[in-house]
Amino acid sequence: MIDLNLLNQVTAFISQEADMLDFEEFEQWLDLWTDTGVYVVPIDTKETDFANTLNYAYDKAEMRKLRVARLINGEAVSTDTTEKTVRSVSRFRILDSGERYVSVRCAMYLSECRHGNVKTYPADVTYKLLKTDDGFQIEEKVVRLQNSDAYLTSIGYIL
Amino acid sequence: MTEQISIKTVVADYENLIQPDKVHTSLYSNPEVFEEELDKIFNSTWVWVGHTSEVPEVGSYKTAMIGRHSVIVTRDRKKNIHVLLNRCRHRAATVCEGKKGKTKSFMCPYHGWGYSLDGALRALPKPEEYDGVFDKADYPLISLRYETYQGLIFATFKEDIEPLEDFLGGAKKWIDLFVKQSGGYPLKVLGDHRFRFPGNWKIQLENTTDAYHFPVVHKSFVSSVDDQTAEVFDFLDGEGFVEDLGNGHSVMVMIPELVDLEADLDAPIPDRFKDLAAELAAEGHSDQEVRRLVRAVGGSGFNLNLFPNVACSMAFFRTLVPVSVNETEIHHVALGGEGAPTAFNQMRLRLHEHFQGPMGFGTPDDAEAWERVQKGSHAGKDEWILLNRGQENQKTSVDGNVAGAVCSEVGMRAAYQMWKRMMTA
Repeated sequence: MIDLNLLNQVTAFISQEADMLDFEEFEQWLDLWTDTGVYVVPIDTKETDFANTLNYAYDKAEMRKLRVARLINGEAVSTDTTEKTVRSVSRFRILDSGERYVSVRCAMYLSECRHGNVKTYPADVTYKLLKTDDGFQIEEKVVRLQNSDAYLTSIGYIL
Repeated sequence: MTEQISIKTVVADYENLIQPDKVHTSLYSNPEVFEEELDKIFNSTWVWVGHTSEVPEVGSYKTAMIGRHSVIVTRDRKKNIHVLLNRCRHRAATVCEGKKGKTKSFMCPYHGWGYSLDGALRALPKPEEYDGVFDKADYPLISLRYETYQGLIFATFKEDIEPLEDFLGGAKKWIDLFVKQSGGYPLKVLGDHRFRFPGNWKIQLENTTDAYHFPVVHKSFVSSVDDQTAEVFDFLDGEGFVEDLGNGHSVMVMIPELVDLEADLDAPIPDRFKDLAAELAAEGHSDQEVRRLVRAVGGSGFNLNLFPNVACSMAFFRTLVPVSVNETEIHHVALGGEGAPTAFNQMRLRLHEHFQGPMGFGTPDDAEAWERVQKGSHAGKDEWILLNRGQENQKTSVDGNVAGAVCSEVGMRAAYQMWKRMMTA
């Protein structure tokens, strides 16, 4: 039996996170995380030992702050040319739910527009969310791009 | 007809398209030049295809590109390395897909021809129809000549080319220095970032020997590191230099104090590596070993640009694949130490992710600049790319080579003179 209440709660949380990133509410996005949370974009989609392998991104709290600073301080030319991302999250499934954490998997279709060219990045995204009194905090977010094991083009934003 | 002759003339006129102080903009955008480069450069010299640590065991393989040719680097049952053309001898299908792995053999998916790790044709279905037609021994996967230096594997289509060590020449000294960065352990490839940008391959070739762009393009990276590290990367006014090493190779020394990673082990440990030093010490490593690892962890203070497709770039190998006249694939190959402490290799991975790859804090800004170069190069009917920076301030290096300031364009001039030599050969 699917716990529709929990599914609705995590769906609302993850949809809000996607909206924050598309509409550049980066400070609020940083507040979604636990202090120990990790944001990962692996190369090999089957990899699970992220700390000991090369990733496209492996951000703990400090690196997330720096990544956000890079997006907003106007110093990085590549962040200016991707004017807008549009992402849609769907196909939510609760993989595991315990007393403290809930693990969720969903699909994400993100489209970027650089120099007038639209490009789409489909991805499977998994979340480990800490249950809190008033919702959730992100303990781990892993974005497995469909083409991550081939080659990418430069991505100057947060997936 | 007249127009066709005119185009042909321009394509062949490399003597004039490459001047000592500038190159013609059509070198970035003319598809006929690109086709000729594949033949006269990529089919005619030593091309980097990998590092021996990428094929560590019997059955290990990786795929690579030499221009448009797909090749497989394998290690056979006798632990010998082979560089094989990735095409079945029957009807040309690739026999190996994917980046790397382990296998016992290569099987063509089309008609089932099976090849061993050294390329020998071992078996094929219904062999009786070939009775009297050919012997299997006559149809192995085509093997290329290859040689290695310090674990770097180069292959070539040109059977009578000079030995690799002669080709590397003055670059060997710098490769010897570069491989010291695994902290006393064997150098090991830890993974790679792969990305493409819509621009000509020579734009990337130039960039590895271009210090001039660093404080402009990488301002946001410098802002993301601590003050002490930012000072280390503020090298344009320092004692660094660029040196022409011959055969199109060059070295750009940005941080002279980090040229030899086994020297000056008593130097103070930088703030950003103090936690790593404490962790290594807590694991029981001696003070000397901690210092050796910490000094090596950030990589060498120079970029060694090897013509035409690889660079030993501070802490990683940067290799390029020319896809078309206006598209290039780049791999940033992360390096560490085989059997080195986990904390050391993890730090190297995190440093690589910080700057390199399509989501790093450095590469996307480089890629933006390169894309704009390609776009801009189409403007104007007969324009030039300047290579004359530091032209009047050249000096002779301790090794007797032409050298200039760290932000000079000595390295680019060296690469283009080699390009001209090969294209007019």
